[in-house]
Amino acid sequence: MLEGLKKWFNKLLGREAKPDAEDEKAKLKDSVQQVVEAESKPAEEAKKAADAAKAEAESSEPNIEESSTQEVEKVADKPRVGYIHMSGCTGDGMSLTENYDILSTVLTEMIDIVYGTTLVDVWTEGTFAQEMPEMDVALIEGSVCLQDEHSIKELLEVREKAGLVVAFGSCAMTGCFTRYSRGGQLAQPKHESFVPISNLVKVDAAIPGCPASPEIIAKTIVALVNGDMDYLTPMLNMAACDLACGCDLQTSVVNKALCCGCGTCVLACPTRALEMVEGRPSHNKSRCIKCGACSTHCPRTWFPAERVKKDLGL
Amino acid sequence: MAFGTYKEVVCARSTDKDIQKVSQDGGIVTALFAYALEENIIEGAIVAGDTEDPWKPEPTIALSREDLLAAAGTKYTFSPNAIKIKEAVRQNGLEKIGTVGTPCQIMGLRKMQSYPFSTRFVADKIKLMIGIFCTENFPRDSLRTFIDGKLHSSLAATTKMDIGKGKFWIDTVDGKQGLKIKETHGYEQAGCNICRDLVAKYADVSTGSIGSADGWSTVFPRTEGGNEVFQAAVEAGLIETKPMDEGKFGLELLEKLANNKADKGNAERERRLGLGLPLPQEL
Repeated sequence: MLEGLKKWFNKLLGREAKPDAEDEKAKLKDSVQQVVEAESKPAEEAKKAADAAKAEAESSEPNIEESSTQEVEKVADKPRVGYIHMSGCTGDGMSLTENYDILSTVLTEMIDIVYGTTLVDVWTEGTFAQEMPEMDVALIEGSVCLQDEHSIKELLEVREKAGLVVAFGSCAMTGCFTRYSRGGQLAQPKHESFVPISNLVKVDAAIPGCPASPEIIAKTIVALVNGDMDYLTPMLNMAACDLACGCDLQTSVVNKALCCGCGTCVLACPTRALEMVEGRPSHNKSRCIKCGACSTHCPRTWFPAERVKKDLGL
Repeated sequence: MAFGTYKEVVCARSTDKDIQKVSQDGGIVTALFAYALEENIIEGAIVAGDTEDPWKPEPTIALSREDLLAAAGTKYTFSPNAIKIKEAVRQNGLEKIGTVGTPCQIMGLRKMQSYPFSTRFVADKIKLMIGIFCTENFPRDSLRTFIDGKLHSSLAATTKMDIGKGKFWIDTVDGKQGLKIKETHGYEQAGCNICRDLVAKYADVSTGSIGSADGWSTVFPRTEGGNEVFQAAVEAGLIETKPMDEGKFGLELLEKLANNKADKGNAERERRLGLGLPLPQEL
């Protein structure tokens, strides 16, 4: 599983694949560090243990083989995922947990959540602050507030620590309803400028939705773990996307003579801001939350013909 | 390939007299949904129901055979059935839904099933998608324009619309009138001009009149699920089939028209690219 993911990262980031031996070593290092973190030892002790493990891993080949226990390998197979909460409603995080049937498998066998304030209790600020770990994937929920120094610091640090930064949900991707903020609210009236995370850091992939549905999250995780690049292509394409509201549907689809009146945009809209009038979507601005679901779902913006055929067995 | 992937292609019609009376051609859509409802393969179907305004269909949730019969027959204008699916799932609590649509409508729903970004627990409820052959679709005011202006009749007076033998036909109390298809060109919606799919390649079952004699429909069962339902309905005696006519007015005609649509679609795409206009991104 990890091999697939690594290949994909390297392809994505334009890196050459590492030689196998190096790869093995790196894998072991990662996994040891992870085991240490997972055990939640006091920081100092953890550091000592990690150093010892690293020293041991680097000392000689046989030792590497020896310390490569079943348990360690099992952990090493899973991508390390961070869940970062900026300015949003936690809807996307809740949506992740709504995968009732497969949630325990996802969390125990497919991914390791190594950072986050909600799903795990690891964060970089406050009394129990810990160092932000390296992550394979960072799921960032919420837009970033330009007046919130903590958010900005965390976001920039995540970009450093994560291989892949994913805008998780529409707030992170387009700003969504936080786009309407003009400040003047409690608890901090000065907090007025909320922007998509791509305004501050490079984003590698986006999963739009308000919230992103439980199914798309599950499908994305499975694709990630399997290194299924093809499935993730739309998410990569939308990384720097500006499809944000029903206005875009009008300008990018209807105005461009592409609309066929199928109504999928209306179906996708979570706030009933769209209705079909004379075969075209009619946009009610005062209901729109700028989540981009309409444009994302429109079969005339992009169409995954190969994936559809595969899913249908055609 | 002109017809996409399919299990087989046959001529078929409903054996149900009630359906035959109201259906456009072979009554395949109505018969399949009626069978699927009966067998609890679906709990409801989203169909193009009639409204008070003549030829102004509205997507409607059909929960019974009666509902289906009331909505039978082709409407040559928009009925964006997708917009009712969320309501069917969340308000009616349907777990298994059937729907019928033009090729582009099927594409929107299939995209949603493969990439359900913002449609929480909706996409998986669609269990049977029937695609109808489509050469183009008309805004209702386009229909009005050429029925009023070229056929000197009205939407209100029209009891049936049909396309066949190179003409657009209307039935009125005064009898049947035809308008050469060429005369309707330019009235179709612009979005149709880039479409290359006549036979609804991504449906579970596709059907339409082209290639079959009057009163019959051409049917392509495509997916495993679609094929199962179709074959079961045939076995139950609700649908009768006969081999396709391979010749000039049969499969050959369908192939010609399907290829024509694809060629025209491609030519229009080229033209638009030349103008610097965007096209749907194919992944």
